[in-house]
Amino acid sequence: MNSEMKKILLVDDDMDYLFVTKSTIKNMGFEVVTAEGQKEAEEKIKEFRPDLAILDLMMENEDSGFILSYKLKKKYPDVPVIIATSVTAETGYTFDLSAPGEKQWIKADMYMDKGIRKDQLQREIRKLLKL
Amino acid sequence: MATLKTLIVDDEPGIRSGINRILRNFSVGYPFMDEDFDFDAIDAATGEEAIEILNSQQIDIVLLDNKLPGMDGIDVLEYINKKQMDLAVMMITSYASLELAIKATNNGAYNFVPKPFTPDELRSSIENIAKHLFLKRMTRRMQEEGKQIRFQFLSVLSHELKSPLNAVEGYLKMMQERQVGDKLDDYEKMIDRSLVRIKGMRSLIMDLLDLTKLESGKKQKELKKIDLNDVAKMAIDTMEPYAIQRNVKVNFDPVEDATLTADVEEMEIIFNNLISNAIKYNKDGGQVNVFLKPDDLNISIRVEDTGIGMSEEELSNIFQEFVRIKNQKTRQITGSGLGLSIVKKLTEEYGGDIHVKSKPDVGSTFTVILPGTLTNKPKQS
Repeated sequence: MNSEMKKILLVDDDMDYLFVTKSTIKNMGFEVVTAEGQKEAEEKIKEFRPDLAILDLMMENEDSGFILSYKLKKKYPDVPVIIATSVTAETGYTFDLSAPGEKQWIKADMYMDKGIRKDQLQREIRKLLKL
Repeated sequence: MATLKTLIVDDEPGIRSGINRILRNFSVGYPFMDEDFDFDAIDAATGEEAIEILNSQQIDIVLLDNKLPGMDGIDVLEYINKKQMDLAVMMITSYASLELAIKATNNGAYNFVPKPFTPDELRSSIENIAKHLFLKRMTRRMQEEGKQIRFQFLSVLSHELKSPLNAVEGYLKMMQERQVGDKLDDYEKMIDRSLVRIKGMRSLIMDLLDLTKLESGKKQKELKKIDLNDVAKMAIDTMEPYAIQRNVKVNFDPVEDATLTADVEEMEIIFNNLISNAIKYNKDGGQVNVFLKPDDLNISIRVEDTGIGMSEEELSNIFQEFVRIKNQKTRQITGSGLGLSIVKKLTEEYGGDIHVKSKPDVGSTFTVILPGTLTNKPKQS
């Protein structure tokens, strides 16, 4: 990896998931900044611009991830956002980004199931970072 | 006052203006409705004109003559039916043949009014159709809301169930890949956390079972005279190891005459939840005080703690399912987020009430007030 490591903002209110995922992404050769919720993440992005953000959907509220994504995109329009969720499969919730109405305000670049495999995650991150 | 848009389809101008006049000063009210309905009439002389109006605005009621110059009333009805428009149709017809009646009813016409009709006949038909429409819409709205609530519950539940699985799976993978080396000792924290999450998942499943039993109403209450002193003591005993671990002291002084006719298992659920919360959300070296206070009508159960307390905002929805206080002080505390919603449901089943008072960093007090006799028991007269 080059000396300028890409910074990834990882936000999740589950401290264990956060710990595990941070370690996984670090091993891929990225710098990881974590936050345990929407509010903490909002503070963090005041101080730095991540190269990519991975946001949990349900945190303080059921749609915290969406709101955070919206705020992040407003401040840094070019930062790609992945929304991580574990609720799609069971409930049939679909987050179809092709729906223009949704895309307009949610503004995430990708949805990711939390059970995603490491190699898939790495591929998606690299794709979004254009590496 | 809500207004029902009423489309009058009839080729005779006299009939249209007659109906117009009747509707102008007419309103319909029912005891169960929040507001009365009045009517705003729109005219159409042909079926074609009627369809144009139906496609361009929201119509609530259609008064439909069958014999029209172009397309028939029954064709308009078929069109409405095919488009599944949310409205009620009443046929106005001078010669109601049985064949037409059957066809119209099959196509969803609500009623017939024979021509000629008196103003009173029309009013009473309109009154019925307005009521029918109101009930139809109300039923649908309630079904939709019910579905919505259930869907939301399921999505949060699946989130709560999957989170610990994801966490434990993640730790296991880290171990499988020997991510921090070959020494087992270095994985101790991950193993501990995995066990904590599995324990949390187990308590979620137990709480969920309690909740399901409650909600399905399947559980038979075994009503007996029980002494709440015993229930309180039992709950405190159950929680004692946990209290010792957290270095929290639980105080309770039995009182006289704390008997209640209730299901002992359900009372245990109430005490267990309140006391375990008071221990969980306490501070090291803190206290929990359990009080029973019977008076002439009620028995109140009060559980005070000297814990971390809650802010106004946090207090606002703590009785809702899956709501847990998430902040720096609670991040190590596990829970299903169902306990208090179960306590509230149970309390309400007994015709009681639950209150909470809290101050951040000072502590919280939960009070459950149960009527001395069950309200669902036939009252002695």
